[in-house]
Parts: sequence; structure tokens; C-alpha cells
Amino acid sequence: MGDNTTAAGALAGVATEPGVTKPDPILTADGVSRSFGGLVAVDVAHLELQRGAITALIGPNGAGKTTLFNVLTGFDRANSGRWTFDGTSLSGVSAYRVARNGMVRTFQLTKALSRLTVLENLQLAATGQRGEGLFTALVRPLWREQEAQNRQRADELLQRFRLEHLRDAHAGTLSGGQRKLLELARALMVRPTMLMLDEPMAGVNPALAQSLLEHIAQLRDEGLTVCFVEHDMDVVMGISDWVVCMGDGQVIAEGPPAAIGTNPAVVDAYLGKQHGSPPQKESP
Amino acid sequence: MDTLGAPTGRGTLARLVVLLALCALTVLLPAASAAAQEGESVRGSLRGPDGDPVRGVTVTVTQNGKDVGEDTSGADGSWEVKLPGPGDYDVELDLNTLPNGVVPRERGGETLEGVTVSPDQQRAVIFPLVPPSEQTGPGQDGGETGPPAPPPEPPLAERFPDALLGGIEYGAVIAICAVGLSLIFGTTRLINFAHGELVTIGAVAAFFFNATAGGPGLQLIMAGALAVVVGALFGGVVERGLWRPLRERGTGRINLFIISIGLSLLLRHVILVLYGSRPGSYTDYDLQQNVEFGPFSAAPRDLSIVGISVLTLVAVALMLQRTRIGTAIRAVSDNRDLAESSGIDVHRVVLVVWILGGGLAALGGVMFGLAEVVAWDMGFKLLLLMFAGVILGGLGSAYGAMAGSFLVGIVAHLSTLWFPIELQNAWAMLVLIVVLLVRPQGILGRRERIG
Amino acid sequence: MDFAAILASACTGAIGPIAAAYALAAIGLNIHFGYTGLLNFGQVAFMLVGAYGVAISVSVFALPLWVGVLIGVLCAIVLALLLGAPTVRLRSDYLAIATIAAGEILRLFYRSSAAQPVTGGVYGLQRFADDFYALNPFSTGRYGFWPFTFAARDLWVMVLGWGLVLLATVFVYLLVHSPWGRVIRAIREDEEAARSLGKNVYSYKLQSLVLGGVIGSFGGMVMVINTQSASPDSFDPVVTFFIYTLLVLGGAGRVIGPVLGSVLFWFIMVFLDALLRQAIGTGYISPNVISASEVGAVRFALVGLGLLLLMVYRPQGILGRKEEMVLNGR
Repeated sequence: MGDNTTAAGALAGVATEPGVTKPDPILTADGVSRSFGGLVAVDVAHLELQRGAITALIGPNGAGKTTLFNVLTGFDRANSGRWTFDGTSLSGVSAYRVARNGMVRTFQLTKALSRLTVLENLQLAATGQRGEGLFTALVRPLWREQEAQNRQRADELLQRFRLEHLRDAHAGTLSGGQRKLLELARALMVRPTMLMLDEPMAGVNPALAQSLLEHIAQLRDEGLTVCFVEHDMDVVMGISDWVVCMGDGQVIAEGPPAAIGTNPAVVDAYLGKQHGSPPQKESP
Repeated sequence: MDTLGAPTGRGTLARLVVLLALCALTVLLPAASAAAQEGESVRGSLRGPDGDPVRGVTVTVTQNGKDVGEDTSGADGSWEVKLPGPGDYDVELDLNTLPNGVVPRERGGETLEGVTVSPDQQRAVIFPLVPPSEQTGPGQDGGETGPPAPPPEPPLAERFPDALLGGIEYGAVIAICAVGLSLIFGTTRLINFAHGELVTIGAVAAFFFNATAGGPGLQLIMAGALAVVVGALFGGVVERGLWRPLRERGTGRINLFIISIGLSLLLRHVILVLYGSRPGSYTDYDLQQNVEFGPFSAAPRDLSIVGISVLTLVAVALMLQRTRIGTAIRAVSDNRDLAESSGIDVHRVVLVVWILGGGLAALGGVMFGLAEVVAWDMGFKLLLLMFAGVILGGLGSAYGAMAGSFLVGIVAHLSTLWFPIELQNAWAMLVLIVVLLVRPQGILGRRERIG
Repeated sequence: MDFAAILASACTGAIGPIAAAYALAAIGLNIHFGYTGLLNFGQVAFMLVGAYGVAISVSVFALPLWVGVLIGVLCAIVLALLLGAPTVRLRSDYLAIATIAAGEILRLFYRSSAAQPVTGGVYGLQRFADDFYALNPFSTGRYGFWPFTFAARDLWVMVLGWGLVLLATVFVYLLVHSPWGRVIRAIREDEEAARSLGKNVYSYKLQSLVLGGVIGSFGGMVMVINTQSASPDSFDPVVTFFIYTLLVLGGAGRVIGPVLGSVLFWFIMVFLDALLRQAIGTGYISPNVISASEVGAVRFALVGLGLLLLMVYRPQGILGRKEEMVLNGR
């Protein structure tokens, strides 16, 4: 620790205050707000995410984590605000363009494409496919070679996530855990620079959760930036390089995992500000 | 998902048979009343000088002095007399049944002699109608195919109140029918394509109780009340016998939608077989003198329809707001899972909604049949307008459906001030598409959250 | 009862020009509903604009038939874009209602007296396909073998109709087995997932709507070229329901599903019709129960019942796999 070769090291000297600037931010958001019929779901003044790091976005239910996620990835429309990703402005850009720009998300409830095979799920995600045009699709020689290359890459990813035995099964027949792995593999097929994972550990058994965490850490070590939403503090501690805590739509605390657990604002947010209520551990 | 409580295939089939039997019972009419769809006939459509349909006019067909048949023009001015076979016929319009201020264009033009009908032909004949001042002597003007003289239209300001009132009446009928559609969608997420048939069943049941030759011949108010009971029962039986088992099997939303289309086709044509293709009218309140009040003039029948509809809508609104079951309906519409986990018996709520929806649709059908005519496809014609009302107001919002329906009805009738009457429903549906363009969630609808 | 005659008419119905026209319309709908998951309930509108594109061009503007075909296709493209641009963003229920409404609006306007100079109003337009029949290579007479015998004229329309069906089927086969087809199938499964993987869902839905609409418009053209008569009331919403029924029967999301569905559907329809008429004619069914004039209505009711039972008991159709339908059930 303390050197700049790891993400945690690069973040070592950064102040632990909401909206703090990072040495090498990949995502910068300013004044992002989203309200639903008068109810403010998200109101983030300033937020930066460090390149090459695993950032955990935590907060109690209803804190606005998923809404912020949706807004940043183009799945929801912000009422106001600007954000840039890797030097490009993505404010108000539609979801599919966000993905093409290298910021790829997954969903809390996995979206396996049920009646496509596992292999097709992965092949689909490859970008820049010549055969995806209406007219080029009719001329197989135009895309046969590219298709073969994509298939090979898909097979490599299937092996990496130990799904190769399910290659030709319909994705709808997979178990919940297998779907999580498939969704992660599929997201990687897009060749993202940043992964946005919405509660990747939700509803996953402990063994698989461990395996998912290892995969995520390994991706970070390969140079990918990862941001994930999680409301279970315990999950966050071991893996993340930086933790951002949201409450009532705002960023209320930031810092390395060790510091965030004792931050009074975080404790307040999680235990509820009502005095006298018995302290409860947030359960998954 | 296929989980607990999934009925066996045989169970569903048995329920389906019961369902069919019931739908047959509710519209049980003497088979003799079923009219032929094919074969020879003489028909026509009576239009007044202003191009509006002329209803309630009797047309008699004779052959060699013997009566062949007669018909009375419906709300759309159309009439049709079935013929025993091809041949030459005389067609006569009963001058006594013509409304005031309308006469045949030429004197003696009420009788058309020697109309030749060839095998399988539906021969159309025209009775040109004009104001008395424009009547000519026999032979002075062209034959039966000449266009009617250009009508002197009363100024827009005079026609506007009537069109507005007509639109409110039409909207009120649509609203009564659409509220049930909206509540059903709200609580079950089913777009019930067979809702139009619930309307027809109401109208036809009332026709059976009121006007069928072999029927009990009840006064219309009594007949209408019975029809509402029939409609409510039918709604309940469809829910218990078809939709609930299907939901428990975990049938997908789109599949349910297509199943409701199949049900709609089935019911509609069962009604066609039992009721026949000929439009009919109730025996009570059919021909009425208009009453005038300010710029408006309307038959007491039409005013009652508006009054009853508005009262019913208010009653439904009060029920939704003030009663326990109303609160439960709103809770289920809002969030089914949450309602279920907070102890509301969702099955019961949905059953109540279907009974309510069926009864309201039947009431709407009786009033629609009273305002216009009773016909086998009247509900289906109304269905798209109900959809328009429901979507205009915002899918799943009962109050939105009421507001949207009135808008649809008023647009339809006001359009006749400038455009042909045959296009009135087209304009109303066009409003639907325009609203979808600018405000997809409807007038009172909410934008949905994603994720 | 003459079962040989009933069977013979059912067989000719199954492969006749009308079955070909419906097969084409269903192939188009299969792209929408079967592959992209678009609930288009206005397929009949595409048939209508295709049919009238031909009829009006030839009858009113005296253009050659092939120009009429191009105009019909163009109308279908314009309709798909007009209809799709606002509605494919909405939830599927909205699309269904907007499309069925659009179909009815078109039918009402085409049949209105205001449009009569162009569309012929309720009477429609006639005799616009003489160019096509002038090219008939079959000399007068009857062709084929029992139970499939056709007049030269019908045979020529069938060559056109089934030729187009073959072309469209090959076309769809190539498309759905390409990356393009994979994208639209992914949209059918979950459009947000497709979006999260960088696919422009909106554009693909529009492409699908245009493509299926154009194929549907060919169905409409074959229908009116067969009868040499285009009248608005033959484009009733019920036509769309028929197409759904036969598509589900054959198997939605299967390349050959719509073709098989149409053949089977028309076999059953004509068979029922002939059977009921014979049964009434020979007194097996008392005319007090069902009269000959009610056969049409009974047949429609049975189609409704058939669609209902199919969706309840075998929504995957004849060709589909149960397993896939279970996956769709959630």
C-alpha cells in the first residue's frame, strides 16, 4: 500500500469527504438530479470515480443508488446535471450509446435473454458487428469471419466463467447464480472500460458470491474500472478500493472501506436517524 | 410460474364448457329471430336533407300486392328487408313515419315499383329526401340515383349545442363501459379485448327481456336492470372460470391478451348466431319529442342517459374512495404484491372488479342500445373508443378513463360539424394517436419508473 | 354427405391464392410478433395500403401494374414509420392499441364518401390487375390432379402468391440466422438488456416494423389481385386476428410457422364451411339450430374458440417447443 501501482494506492492520499476530487477520474458528475413527482430521488452535487479502481456505491434502500446508476447509464433521464466519461460528455446520451462508449451495466434482477442460447447471449454483445445491418445480414460472406472470431472470444469468456458446459443451453434454463456469471461475461464481451454492476451479489449463495468477488477483483487487476451498487456493508469491505455512501439522494460520505464503516454520517444513514430505535444490522 | 394450485387441463376445459353454456344462455333468443346474412334482400340508408341519418321510418316491400316484409330504419338510417328469392318487388316508404320537415324529393317518390333483384343480390335503393319546399312533381327530376339537392345547412352556432350534447351522451356511455375496462387492467394488467362483448351482452339481454317476440316483454327499466345482473354475473363467471385459472397457471400477459381476442371473436359470433345480424330497438322510449332548453334540444331519453351515466360514474368514484372494497381495489391497482402482503384478498378484489366491470359494461350496452340500436357488433365498435378513452386518461387510472371517454365522445360528435358522420369514430381514434405522440402516459397517467 | 367433395374443397382452399396471401401477411407479422416481440395488431393496415397502392395507381392514375406495386410498398414503408416512430418506444400494450386503431382509422377513411373519387368509397376499385393476367402463361383449362385442381387463372395467381411466400421465407430465414436476427430476438426477450449491450433498440424495432409491414403489403396485393377487387371492408380488424390465429397455430418465431399455419388454417376453415353446409343441406343439422346463412358466423366463432384453446393449451403452436414457451411465461 502507499505506492501508485495499485488503485488503492493511488487513492491513499485522497481526503475522505463527499465530492472529493480524485487523482485520475474516469467518470465525473456535476449537479445530477432526478425527481419523481416532487420526490427527489437523486441530487448529487459532485462525484468522481477513480480509473482502474473498484468503487462501491452503498447506502440504505431508497437512497437513490439505482436511480443514479440508471441516470448515468442512460436508462433514466436526469432533470438536470452534466457528466463525462473518459473525456466524453454522456449527459442525456441514450443507453445504447453509453454502452458503446465503454460504460456497460448489469441489472439487479438479471436479464438473461431466455430464448437465446448462452453462446448467443455472448455473441450478441460483441460490438461493431457487420452482420447487424439489415442488408449486410443477408450476405453471409461479409460477416462470416467476424462471427467466427466473436464466437472464439465468447468461448474463451465461457471458459473463464466456467459456463462452457452450458454453451448451447437456453439462457432461461440457467440457475440464478449462473445467470449472474452469464451477465458478467456478456458485459465483458462488449469490451468495456468501465463496468457498472447493480447489486451483483444480491440473491447469490455465499460460495458463488465469493467467486464473483474474485472475478471482479481480477478484472480490476486487468485494468478495468468497476463501480457496483451494494447495500450490504460486509460485502463492500473486502473488495472495494473506495466507497461512496448515498443517503436521501445525496453523497453523504466517501472514503476507503476501513474509514467508511466508522463514519458517523454512514452510521446515521444505515441505522436511521430516529433516536431510540434499536440498532439493526442491515441484512441482505 | 407453474406452481401450487395450478388446475388440471380437464378442470379448465370443464370451466370453459360452463362458460360457453352460460354465454349461450344469457343471449338465448328464439332461433327464428336470427336473420339471414346472405340471400336476396332490398336495403338502403335513409339520409335527410342535411345528410344526417333518418331513423324510425318504416319501409314495406310487396310483390304483386302481397306483403313480403318491412323494416324500420335504425339510428344510422339503414334498413333492410329480406326477400324470399329473386324477382321484381315494389318498395314503399311509409310517409306517416317520416319526421317533420322531410319529404320525398318528388311527389309519389315514396313508392318504387318494379325493383328487380337478381339471385344473391342485396339490392340497394335510394329514397332521396328533401325539405317540403324543394319537393317537385313527378317526372320533373331525375331518377332514383340522382344526388340529393345540396342541403341548406343551419349555421354552425346552431348545430354546435346539439353536437356537444350528443358528444356528452356518447362520452357518458363510453365512460360507463370503459371504467370497468380500466379497473380490470389496473388490478390484473389484462387488456380485456372481450370487453366490447360484455357491452353487447348487456344490450342484447335487455332486448331479450324487453322486445323479443317470445320473451317476457318487460318494461325497459326492469329489463335493463336484469341485463345489468346478467352482465355482472357473466363478468364474474369469466373471471372465475377462465382468467383466474389462467393466471394461476402463470400464463404470460401477452398470451392472456391474445386469449381475450379469441374470447371476443367467439362471443361476438355466438351472439351473431343467436341474435342475428339485424339491428333492433327497444319497445320503450323509442320515438320521443325533443324538449328545448336554451340552445339545446334533446329527447328525454338522451337526457336520462346522460343523467344515469353521470350518477353511476359518481357512485363508482364514491365507492372507490369511501368504501373498504374501493380502497382495496385502489391498493391492488397500485401495487398488487404490496396489497397481497398487507392482507388484502386479491382474488376477491379481482372478482369484485370483474362483476362490477361486467355490470357497468352491460348498463353501458343498454344505454347505447337505447341511444342508437341494438346490434351484434355494437360492443366491438365501441371497444376501440373505450381503449381510446382509457389510454387518453392514462392506462389503469379509473378517473382518467372517465375523463378520456368524455373527450373521445365529444370529439367524435363535434367532428360531425365539419366532417361526414361516417368518420366520427375515426377522428376520435386519431385523437388517441395524437395524444400517444405528445403525452404517452395519458392525461392523468404517471410516468413509470425504470429498473 | 359427400366427404370426397368436402375434402377436395378443403385441399384446394389450403393451397389456394387466399392461403398464400394470408401466409405472406403472417410472415410479416412473424417478424414483428414472433421475432421482435412487437404486438402489432394492425397488420391488416399494411395489407390495405399495399392493396390500395396497386388498385389506385392502376384504376385511378392509369399507371402500369408494376409501378402500383412499388407505390404499395412505399405506402407500407411510410405507414410503418408513421406508426412506429411514436409508438415503438411505448410499452407493448400501447403499441397493440395504437396499431389496431390506426388500422380502423385507415379503413374508415378509405371507405368514406370523401375519399370516394380516389378509393371508390364503400364500393372499392375493380379490374386493376389485367396486366398481370395478360401475362398468364397457362392456357385456359384445368390443371392438377384430384383433389388439387385449379383453373388456369387461379394457378397463375398461385404461382405469384406462393412464389412470393417462398421468397419471403428464404429472406426471413437468412435474416433470423444472422447477427441482425440475433439482435431482434434479443429485443423480444428483453429490450433493456439489448440496450445495455449497445444495441439501438429503437432503430431495430422500426426496421422490423417496416420489413414485416412491406411483406404484409404484398399479402394485401396478392389478395386483391386474386379477386381483381379492392374494397375497404375486406380489411376488417378480424383479418389481423385471423393472421394471429394462424401464426400461433403454425408457431410464432419459427421460419416455416406462418406458412404451415396458413395452409392448415385455410384447410380447417374451408373444411368446416363445406362440412357445415353439407350437414345442413342434407338435414344432419336442423336449420333451426344453424341455418345455412349462419355458417359464416359459426365458423368465425370456432376460429375464436380455436385461438383461445391454442393459447391456453399449446401456445407454442405445432412447430414450437414447449420448453421455449415455458421460458416465455414469466
